[in-house]
Amino acid sequence: MLDLQRTLKTLRNDADWVSLRYVTEKTTLRSVRDEKPDRNNITFDQGVMVEVLVQGHFGFAGTSDLTESGIKRAFAKATAMAKSAAAFRVHEFSADHRPVAQGTYRSPVVKPLDAFSAKEISDIFIEATRAMKTSDKIVSRSATTMITETQFYTISSSGSEVDQSFSIVSTDFSATAAEGSETQTRSDSGGLARCLQVGAEIFDRNTILERCQKISSEAVELLSAENCPDEKMDLLLAPDQMTLQVHESIGHPLEYDRILGDERNYAGWSFVKPNDFGNLKYGSNLMNVTFDPTITDAMASYAFDDTGLKATKEFLIKDGVLLRGLGGLESQARLGLPGVANSRSSSWNRAAIDRMANINLEPGNSKLEDMIASVERGVFMLANKSWSIDDYRNKFQFGCEYAKLIENGKLTKTLKNPNYRGTTVQFWNNLKAVSNVRETYGSPFCGKGEPNQVIRVGHTTPYCLFKDVEVFGA
Amino acid sequence: MNFTENMKVTFNKVADHILGSLKSGEAANVNLHAEESLFVRFNGNKVRQNTHVEQRHLSLLLQHEGKTANITFSITGDVTEDIKRADHWLAQARKECDLLPEDPFQVPLKNNGVSDSTFKGKLLNDEEVIAAITKPAVGTDLAGLYCAGPLISANKNSSGQSHWFATENFFMDYSLYLGEKAVKSIYAGTTWNQTDFEANLAQSKNQLRLMDRPKITLKPGAYRAYLAPGAVAEISSMFSWGALGCNSYKTGASAFQKLVNKEKSLSPKLNLIENYSMGLTHRFNSLGELAPEKMELVTGGELKNLLTSTRSAKEYGLEGNAADNYEAPRALEILPGTLKKEDILKELGTGLYLSNLHYINWSDRLNARITGMTRYACFWVENGEIIAPIADLRFDESLYDCLGANLEAITDFQEVDPMVSTYESRSFGGKKIPGMLIRDFKFTL
Repeated sequence: MLDLQRTLKTLRNDADWVSLRYVTEKTTLRSVRDEKPDRNNITFDQGVMVEVLVQGHFGFAGTSDLTESGIKRAFAKATAMAKSAAAFRVHEFSADHRPVAQGTYRSPVVKPLDAFSAKEISDIFIEATRAMKTSDKIVSRSATTMITETQFYTISSSGSEVDQSFSIVSTDFSATAAEGSETQTRSDSGGLARCLQVGAEIFDRNTILERCQKISSEAVELLSAENCPDEKMDLLLAPDQMTLQVHESIGHPLEYDRILGDERNYAGWSFVKPNDFGNLKYGSNLMNVTFDPTITDAMASYAFDDTGLKATKEFLIKDGVLLRGLGGLESQARLGLPGVANSRSSSWNRAAIDRMANINLEPGNSKLEDMIASVERGVFMLANKSWSIDDYRNKFQFGCEYAKLIENGKLTKTLKNPNYRGTTVQFWNNLKAVSNVRETYGSPFCGKGEPNQVIRVGHTTPYCLFKDVEVFGA
Repeated sequence: MNFTENMKVTFNKVADHILGSLKSGEAANVNLHAEESLFVRFNGNKVRQNTHVEQRHLSLLLQHEGKTANITFSITGDVTEDIKRADHWLAQARKECDLLPEDPFQVPLKNNGVSDSTFKGKLLNDEEVIAAITKPAVGTDLAGLYCAGPLISANKNSSGQSHWFATENFFMDYSLYLGEKAVKSIYAGTTWNQTDFEANLAQSKNQLRLMDRPKITLKPGAYRAYLAPGAVAEISSMFSWGALGCNSYKTGASAFQKLVNKEKSLSPKLNLIENYSMGLTHRFNSLGELAPEKMELVTGGELKNLLTSTRSAKEYGLEGNAADNYEAPRALEILPGTLKKEDILKELGTGLYLSNLHYINWSDRLNARITGMTRYACFWVENGEIIAPIADLRFDESLYDCLGANLEAITDFQEVDPMVSTYESRSFGGKKIPGMLIRDFKFTL
């Protein structure tokens, strides 16, 4: 067994501060297609990230060689590279940017994941794909789960000791219907958008079969549906699309490393400027957005970020006004603005950067049925299937799987190929109703960074109604 | 021993141990991915973060009584420790095989031969990197990533097959900024040449000077457009995303369903091939199968071959062509045409010169319609002269149009677009891509 505390004590050099982050992660991917096993992959990854502070600059070296000599070699690399980079650093950092942290975190799990065998999952998923065979027009059916068990254990020369364990399950069920040259796919709220920190209790057979039958029927229904009309009208978005809307047009533009330009060569930067905080009317008065890693069972809940900053709920946008951005201690120091505990790394082999974690839209006062009743002509869209937004997170275009026309306060025809586009601030200022109920979704695959990192994000959002949106069909 | 030499010894011993531990009726395939990488991230021509990474993963595919288990695990480079880990995960794979249902499309393992290639590069010493990059860039606002080191892919199976591919390479993927305006470039290879890098940087600085004029904001509409190789490379990345794979076609998810069904065609000028002779990646896939050195995908605008893995071939009763499981191009080349570099602006006349595109996604997969943004050095051109950079525009366009009847010309030169993806680990490969002149390219926002 690796004795990290003992190894840490052996690391002597001219580093002002040292930490070791040991990460183990087991990911099990299981999928069934058309009642037959498709993918059954287990990935077990482990390694240590050595982080040093030398001459006001942090250096990093990750290794999968977990022997004491392997970690010492990584320490020497991190130190040498930090020294050679110190004269060219973007900012002079200190150990204050790595607060002393002590504590543990465990995902809320009712039924442990190892209580559910590969056979049990396969059996349920075979049934699930069978349940999706609701018509001869269904040409493909799939059931997928990604189960992740992760432990991040970090210690530092200043006395930090943080042990965080995460139990994460993402599921995806999908049915494709075809007739002539028309093809339509319906999934269970968008690819792997159903993802939570949970245990095996999530694999409830009856719930899964019920959802599978519904999406399969809707895929067939879409084959004969009318195309979404091309016009400017009211747009009602379900939480499984709001997740993407919040992620792309609030989460990313508020990340401080984008505002600072770290990210601009890869994913881009932001339309938000430092002096917008406290001033910019980001959206209508109904818009209240929080950073909340403390919410129960959401994808990106945790107690400390990877620099040791304690995670707390913070308002980013209140009554439509931009208050605070998404930056960890390093970005806060560089920008001179308050931030949040969101310096996170994807694993042991990457340095922490600003990530959005759980970004949530707070509920409003409207009942969903009243929101629908208030619309003279509009479209209700569900489940994301296409996303694209520019460098500055301004001009976006998103597509959904399924939609209903709203006419004179009632849901009427089913519409296929629904899309909408707009610009961020104008769109959010057109928010005219927010439901009093919320749902939680997320993504296991938020990509960012150089070198690239995939990280987990969560979004809990209500139904939202927007006015004057350009919607169109394919 | 250096990293590559050490990994060769470790892989051979650990893989042989696994294969030698198999019981009667078992078959196995073992893959290695290993890298020693230096990553230096720059912002404002200064260092934002520098990270050194050593990582090694073995992937074990075990077949037994018609069942298939796949397990990937970290190894350390120490043979004794890694054999212990291999024993543990082989036992786990056996448990998986006991629990899982039979896999009707299991691919029997074969001996696809032996190959052994190691390419030694000439890279900067770690301590030299930062000065080599920042000194010639003094006075510029440079952001980007330098990445370098050895990269290894290897395979063995229980039928006697053995492949080894190791290289030492680097890339410097960077942008220079003038306020919000930017140009992008990549300097990549296996031998760092300071003079070549500085020439690449000087070219970027020159291009940036062209942008020192007020931006023009254009209205949405259809414009004549020249897409430089970098922009075409972005579009061609969509071929990897559910377009040219056999399984995506058979499950109704292919964006080229109508092309395959001959309901639609692309321009007769368009020729796409898989070309492993470019040397950007190894020919063997994760089963150790060797792809044809060259294979036509689209010829004269008509589909010639879908990328078909042996698993899909078995499922659908077809001939496979050694595509990997995800059935995407690994060595894509778009063949050149006749448009000369010096004629590009003249032939464009009045329209848009687009150096790069960004954040592309299907907006209507069935009709191969894509949406995305212009990015970096994009200009408004009038009568063959660059007038000014443009404010970014969103496009929404069908490949059947822009790579179909509206494709007017393809350049007679190509550029290599090296793979710079570093998700989880560094990737091999790249593409070879020409520029394209397209009429009525549709912008919406």
